[in-house]
Amino acid sequence: MTSLEQSVVVQAHQESTNNDVLIEVQHLKKYFPIKGGIFKRTIGQLKAVDDISFQIHKGETLGIVGESGSGKSTLGRVILRLLDPTDGQIHFNGNNISTLTRRQMNPIRRDMQIVFQDPFASLNSKMSVGELVEEPLLVQTSLSKLERRQKALEMIEKVGLRQTDLQKYPHEFSGGQRQRISIARALVLEPKFVICDEPVSALDVSIQAQVLNLMKDLQENLGLTYLFIAHDLSVVKHISDRVAVMYLGRIAEIAPKNALYNNPLHPYTQGLLSSIPVINTDMESKKNREIFKISGDLPSPANPPSGCTFRTRCPFANERCSMERPELLEKENGHFVACHLYT
Amino acid sequence: MTKQPILDVDQLKTYFYLEDKKVAKAVDNISFSIFPGETVALVGESGSGKSITALSIMQLINKPGRIVDGTILMNGDELLQFSTKQMTKVRGKNIAMIFQEPMTALNPVYTVGNQISEMLRKHKKLHKKDARKQSIKLLQTVGIPRADEVIDEYPHQLSGGMRQRVMIAMAISCEPKLLIADEPTTALDVTIQAQILDLLVEMREKFQMALLLITHDLGVVSEYADRVMVMYGGQIVEEAPTRELLQNPEHPYTKGLLASIPNMQDDVDRLGSIKGTVPPAFDFPKGCRFSTRCPFVMERCNHSNPDLKEINSIHSVRCYLHEFWGGGV
Repeated sequence: MTSLEQSVVVQAHQESTNNDVLIEVQHLKKYFPIKGGIFKRTIGQLKAVDDISFQIHKGETLGIVGESGSGKSTLGRVILRLLDPTDGQIHFNGNNISTLTRRQMNPIRRDMQIVFQDPFASLNSKMSVGELVEEPLLVQTSLSKLERRQKALEMIEKVGLRQTDLQKYPHEFSGGQRQRISIARALVLEPKFVICDEPVSALDVSIQAQVLNLMKDLQENLGLTYLFIAHDLSVVKHISDRVAVMYLGRIAEIAPKNALYNNPLHPYTQGLLSSIPVINTDMESKKNREIFKISGDLPSPANPPSGCTFRTRCPFANERCSMERPELLEKENGHFVACHLYT
Repeated sequence: MTKQPILDVDQLKTYFYLEDKKVAKAVDNISFSIFPGETVALVGESGSGKSITALSIMQLINKPGRIVDGTILMNGDELLQFSTKQMTKVRGKNIAMIFQEPMTALNPVYTVGNQISEMLRKHKKLHKKDARKQSIKLLQTVGIPRADEVIDEYPHQLSGGMRQRVMIAMAISCEPKLLIADEPTTALDVTIQAQILDLLVEMREKFQMALLLITHDLGVVSEYADRVMVMYGGQIVEEAPTRELLQNPEHPYTKGLLASIPNMQDDVDRLGSIKGTVPPAFDFPKGCRFSTRCPFVMERCNHSNPDLKEINSIHSVRCYLHEFWGGGV
C-alpha cells in the first residue's frame, strides 16, 4: 500500500467510528462547462471544485480561506446542493445527499442554511423584516400565523434587533443590521449547519466585530456547526476551530487553526500569512518577520498549470511539481498538506 | 530647520446640500499638513469623510456638494483660488490620485497605452512616439511583464492587480509631488494587495513623492504609514506618528477600532466592539460626534464638541477625557 492509500484507510476508519461528524465531503467535484465556437459547444471544463474531501464535526467551525477564484463559494453552494456536484459525495448527518432530488432535499434544507456576503443584495427590499424572517417558517413548517410571528420575534431579539424593527424594511437598516436580519432568517428554522459565505467582508471593522461576536454567541447557545468562508485570514482565525486553505479548486492545506497559523507547511499558506499587513506596535519585530510574498497573479481557473497548480507562483517549485499533482497527505496529527516538499 | 509642507490643508469644510434643507457635513473643519517624502494614512470607516477629503484636495466635488470654507496650500499656492483651467494643470501633474476600483477608473474603450500617453502628451507635451516609448518604460517600472504588448491591450484584458499597476503607472507618469491613494487595495486579494502596497512605497522612494494613503485597514497603516490621522464624523479625532498611535491610542474611537480587529498573534474569545453605527453626515450628534457610541461619554460631551488638542508634541486628540487625565486644563 502506498502512504496515500494507507492514510485514506486510516481516515475512513476514523470516520466510521466517529458519530459526531455532521458533514462529510468525499472527492467532491464541480466542473462548469466552458462553451465556445459558433454552436456553443463545450470546449473545456472550469474545475471550480476539484476533488475535495473533508469532515466537519458537530459544533465545530471549519474556516475556508482562499483568494477570489479559488472555488470556496462554489464549494459552499455545492454542499448545500444549490449547485449539483459533478462527482463525489456529500454526507449530511450520515445520509448521502449528493444524489437526492429537489423534492427529497426539501426537508433536509431545514437543517442547512446559508448567510450570504452582501446583505444589500440578499434581502428582498419589498418585504418587511417580519415577513423576511417568517418566510422560511412558511415554506418549511406548518406553524400558524401567530406561532410564526412569535418565532420571528424571538429570533429577531436573539440577533440584537427590537420588536419594532419587524415592521421596517431592509433599506431602513445599516449593513451590520441587515446582516443580523440575514442571520435571523438563516437561524429561525433552528438549523444544525450554517454556511457563512463572507458574512462580514462588506462591513466596517467595528461592525464586523459585532457580527462576529453575535455569530459566536449563537453558535454556543444553539449548538450550531459552521462552515465559514472568507478571504480575510485574521477573521477566519478568530472564528474557526480548523482551517482549510483553497487554491484553484483544491485544498492546499487543512489543519487545526493554531497548527496552521503557527506552523504553516504549504508555501502558499506561508505566502498568504506573510502577505497580511498586521498591526505591529513594535517596529523591530516587523523586520524579523519572515518576508516571503507571493509574486504574480492567480492563474486562470479555466486553464490551470499542470501538476501542482501553485507551482507558477511558488519559490520552491521544481521539475516534479509540473509533472505530478501533489496529494493531500497527513504530515502531523490532523495537519494535512498537498505539497511535494513533504513527500 | 523645519521642512516646508508640500500640502497644507486648513479648516477645510465640504458640505453636501441635500433635499429638505438637510446639510451633510461630510468634511467639517479639517486641518493637516503633508511633508515631502512621507506617507500619511487617513483612517476611518465608511462615511467618515476620508474620500471626500481627498476629492476636496483634487477639487473633484460635484453638486450638491461644495467646498464651503478653508484653504488648501500647495507649495504656497492657494489651490481653491485656482481657475478650472489652472486646476486641470495641477491634477495629474502635481497631485495624482489612484482609486479603489481600477476597472471604473480606467476608460474601457481606450487601450492602456492610450490612457498613459494622454497624460504625458497633455502635461509634458511629448510627441506621440516619445509618449509611447515613455509609457512602455512606465509600465516596466510598475512591474508589468510584457509591457510592450500590454500597452496595446484594453483594461478588461488585465487582472485587478495589473489594472491597479496601470493606474499607478498613470499616476506617476508626471512625477507628482503628492500621490493620493484612495483605498488602493480594498478590491484586491491579499497577496496582490501586498504587491501593490510594496510597489507604492517603492515608487514613493524612487520619485520622492509624498503619499496620502486612505484606508480602513489598520494593518496596512501599521506596515506602510509614517503618520496616521483617524477620521470620524467628518473630523480628525486623533493624529500621531504610526507607532505612537498604535501603542498609545488615546481616543475611545481609536481604541475601539483597534480592539475590533481580530489579532493574528493572540487569541481572544470575543472581540471588542463599538456599539451602534456611524451616524449619517446630516444627522451628527450635537456635541462630540462620537458621543452616541462612546463608552466613556460624559454630560459635557452631549453639549459641545471638543477641539483637536495636542497632548504631547507629536500626538493630538479630540476628546474631553484628556482634559481630566492628561491635565490639559
